[in-house]
Amino acid sequence: MNTRQMRYGPLPVERVDVAVIGGGVVGAAVARALSAYELSVALVEARADVGDGTSKANTAILHTGFDAKPGTLESRLVRRGYELLGDYATTTGIPVERTGAVLVAWTEEELAALPGLAAKAAENGYERCEIVDAEEVYRQVPALAPGALGGLTVPDESIICPWTTTLAFATEALSRGTYLLFNTRVEGVEPPSGTAGDAADTVLRTSRGTLRAGWVVNAAGLGSDVIDGLFGHTRFTVTPRRGELFVFDKLARPLVNRIVLPVPSSRGKGVLVSPTIYGNVMLGPTAEDRDDRTDTSTSEHGFGFLLEKGRKLMPALLEEEVTASYAGLRAATEHGDYQVFLDAGQRYLVLGGIRSTGLTSAMAVAEHALGLLGEAGLRLDAKATLPDPPRMPNIGEAFPRPYQRADLIAEDPAYGTAVCFCERVTEGEIRDALASPIPPADIDGLRRRTRALMGRCQGFFCGAEVEGRLRAGVARENREYREHGEHGETEQTGEAQ
Amino acid sequence: MSGTNGVAPDVTTESPDVAVVGAGPSGLTAARELAASGLDVLVLDREWEAGGIPRHSDHTGYGLRDLHRVMNGPAYARLLAERAVEAGARVRTSAMVTGWAGERSLDVTTPEGRIRVDARAVVLATGARERPRTARLVPGDRPPGVMNTGQLQNLVHLHHREVGTRAVIVGAELVSWSAALTLREAGCRTVLMTTEHPHAESYAAFSVPGRAVLRVPVATRTRVTRIIGHYAVEAVEVEDLATGARRTVPCDTVIFTGDWIPDHELARAAGLDIDPGSKGPLVDNALRTSRPGVFAVGNLVHPVDTADIAALDGHHVARHVRDYLAGVLPQGPGIPLRVEAPFTWVSPGLVRPGAGKPPRERILLWSAEQRLVARVEVTQDGRRIARRTLPWPVSPGRVFRVPSSLLSGADPHGGPITIALA
Ligand SMILES: Cc1cc2nc3c(=O)[nH]c(=O)nc-3n(C[C@H](O)[C@H](O)[C@H](O)COP(=O)(O)OP(=O)(O)OC[C@H]3O[C@@H](n4cnc5c(N)ncnc54)[C@H](O)[C@@H]3O)c2cc1C
Ligand SMILES: Cc1cc2nc3c(=O)[nH]c(=O)nc-3n(C[C@H](O)[C@H](O)[C@H](O)COP(=O)(O)OP(=O)(O)OC[C@H]3O[C@@H](n4cnc5c(N)ncnc54)[C@H](O)[C@@H]3O)c2cc1C
Repeated sequence: MNTRQMRYGPLPVERVDVAVIGGGVVGAAVARALSAYELSVALVEARADVGDGTSKANTAILHTGFDAKPGTLESRLVRRGYELLGDYATTTGIPVERTGAVLVAWTEEELAALPGLAAKAAENGYERCEIVDAEEVYRQVPALAPGALGGLTVPDESIICPWTTTLAFATEALSRGTYLLFNTRVEGVEPPSGTAGDAADTVLRTSRGTLRAGWVVNAAGLGSDVIDGLFGHTRFTVTPRRGELFVFDKLARPLVNRIVLPVPSSRGKGVLVSPTIYGNVMLGPTAEDRDDRTDTSTSEHGFGFLLEKGRKLMPALLEEEVTASYAGLRAATEHGDYQVFLDAGQRYLVLGGIRSTGLTSAMAVAEHALGLLGEAGLRLDAKATLPDPPRMPNIGEAFPRPYQRADLIAEDPAYGTAVCFCERVTEGEIRDALASPIPPADIDGLRRRTRALMGRCQGFFCGAEVEGRLRAGVARENREYREHGEHGETEQTGEAQ
Repeated sequence: MSGTNGVAPDVTTESPDVAVVGAGPSGLTAARELAASGLDVLVLDREWEAGGIPRHSDHTGYGLRDLHRVMNGPAYARLLAERAVEAGARVRTSAMVTGWAGERSLDVTTPEGRIRVDARAVVLATGARERPRTARLVPGDRPPGVMNTGQLQNLVHLHHREVGTRAVIVGAELVSWSAALTLREAGCRTVLMTTEHPHAESYAAFSVPGRAVLRVPVATRTRVTRIIGHYAVEAVEVEDLATGARRTVPCDTVIFTGDWIPDHELARAAGLDIDPGSKGPLVDNALRTSRPGVFAVGNLVHPVDTADIAALDGHHVARHVRDYLAGVLPQGPGIPLRVEAPFTWVSPGLVRPGAGKPPRERILLWSAEQRLVARVEVTQDGRRIARRTLPWPVSPGRVFRVPSSLLSGADPHGGPITIALA
């Protein structure tokens, strides 16, 4: 399919064997996994890009699962997902940094909770936690505020690039033949009325027309309960739980070289301080139940709360500038575990309520989903050959970036021309992103692919230049489409913004 | 002077006498003077053309004190670049200095490859930028259409693109009026300017006629507390600081102006002493930083003053760079300069007796508040060494200048000197 069909006009396909609703990290992982088999697969996403929902706005930690609730599906899938994604990251070049974490106890009560946490980690199959004294905590994190009483180390907790992860899954799914259907919101569902022929199909009514599917996987994140409802179920309700975060200037990075975790409470994982894969330091998230599933605004009280926490945790951090702030919505439900149900009669699987660990677990969720679908009768015949997995551009700081690579620049001067100065994004990288199999749809999409505009100046120097390049790229795509496209329509809405 | 001397494969080394980082008014002026005295000077700028901020500041008001004429920004930028080149400086654009390879060695990324510049002296002239909305911690939605003056002027003057139709400008200082002019040129009406101060703080000479010509309502003692609009800006929430009352002002564009921060990344990366007030590198009256042979000029050390003042820093530093290259080293640790509120920083932050006068024989200060009568008091070790009422007011959003002669009574062996308002 050409990139235009991904986003605009009538759907390029009428029927698929499996439709996956939701192009977040979970849906993209599922589509990738399914497309390794002799199946036609569509990834159906309401927005203009993959990973534009919760999957783009999280704390980006590759969790060991040490603190999960033992015995849950989540515990198992996070543990497994950690291994799967770690390996996949190596293969595809998704940036990962093995920083490790230290969980810090600030009160006697928290200190007393550490042995329990270590035991829980072991129950979750993670054996490498160690209780350490205050001296060791300060040796590991010298910038920490005074008053820490002790800690628990989690040497394998890591940081990862969430954007490249989702994009890698989707890129590989695309190369394996998956239809990526963006700007395609599922608005109505007619579950199968019989067991054979057309009657065995589900009809999805979407904002771009009708799609028939033999099987449907619901990975709609915050909308997973709504889709579940369209299939006639009332099993869980999603309550968006907002998490606000601050990203501090790269100049703060020397303060924090590992993830600093609080002792978790019933409200969630609490506020952490963590390096980011892009070389910044992150403080957050908050946890606040909301009603509006689309409201990712930040708030005065959220900021106030984070500043207060930050001052208590690491006063030196607050001396640095805030480069960015954002909010993500966790798909929390009234249940303590992932909401995974298979309805063999409806040939329907829901992967809902994947609240605060889905980035880590996505590949394991996909593996689990395939198992369930196979058991329920979906034929899984492996394709004889598969394309090589994609090699993703490195936008992390742990490996040399193009601007640092004399070899690359010698081959192609575009990698030596910095366009976004703060993040050191070169002309070559922006060009590559615009020409990639899943090109960005807007500035935010370009930012997720290259880091352009996410730095300290927020566009003061390069905003106009970067936007100009995006426009030119999108305009070129439109022109090429008009000249060579299969459908003669000449819609102009491809321009960003 | 180029060659590959085994630094790393594919990395070219350059060894100029002086490397100037930043081809804005200050860097270009320093380069011109140094090159004119026969030194090999290499100027590095990450933009594709030299000139710094004035390149996209397409209005008049440049060149008064350094060139003794008034011209528009782009013409001024071109002229300074031409003069530097005429004097023999090598000006290299699309050359981004990414870090340090040694005390006076720089790593540079260019389309022609990675370069290592081993200079005998380095002049940092990297300028300043406005704090973006994020750094000011303004919450709300995150739609496009929220930007600084820098981006606005790039969009309109260099890229000839449209902005919205109704703008709110945050800030009412000199640069804010510059933004208003640009918006008008782009066909966008400024529906409101907000300032936390009780007065619009730019020069009366600009703001009074500015207000009349541009017809911009200024809401003093207010602040923007939220941005509203998911996909595009729909409004901002504005709080009246006196009453706490909030109202919603519909708009489609928000320009955050002023609130400067130096582009101090290289200075910080070098581990130079940083002035806690301005956040730029701490310099003395000779514009020397804490690292021998590394100097800092322009808005990097006084965020921000006008371009001519930045340029005259370049003029000033040239002699001291030459002295350094001739082996003259600073004597003693120098006397720290301190300020009391409402001042937030002073530049230079250090005076070294015997190092001569500071640029233009002026000490530059920044104030957080307006004072119509400027009674300046200078003290050292509990002793008042000067007191003078200056004939110009103290205004936020613009540099306050104090003649350096007010420090002449200081004890060269004494403690820190404090500048305050009586
Ligand atoms: C603040 C915060 C911090 C977090 N930190 C971490 C962490 O450190 N590590 C970790 O592993 N996880 C973390 N998570 C969790 C992780 O981000 C999520 O579990 C994961 O992103 C969920 O992915 P998803 O694909 O299920 O959902 P989403 O990313 O929300 O994707 C669902 C997609 O479905 C689409 N959709 C919805 N309805 C429809 C419809 N009707 N038709 C078509 N498309 C539809 C949406 O547009 C969306 O793109 C965090 C989450 C938050 C909010
Ligand atoms: C909107 C606006 C309007 C203004 N109007 C006026 C006016 O009317 N009159 C007036 O006199 N002044 C005006 N000014 C102020 C004036 O522009 C500045 O005082 C002047 O540009 C400062 O010069 P500078 O050399 O210190 O820095 P800049 O002009 O900021 O130049 C710094 C240079 O350093 C380069 N640089 C930074 N980091 C690196 C790196 N790592 N590697 C390579 N290069 C680097 C940058 O690309 C830039 O070119 C205005 C400023 C603004 C923002």
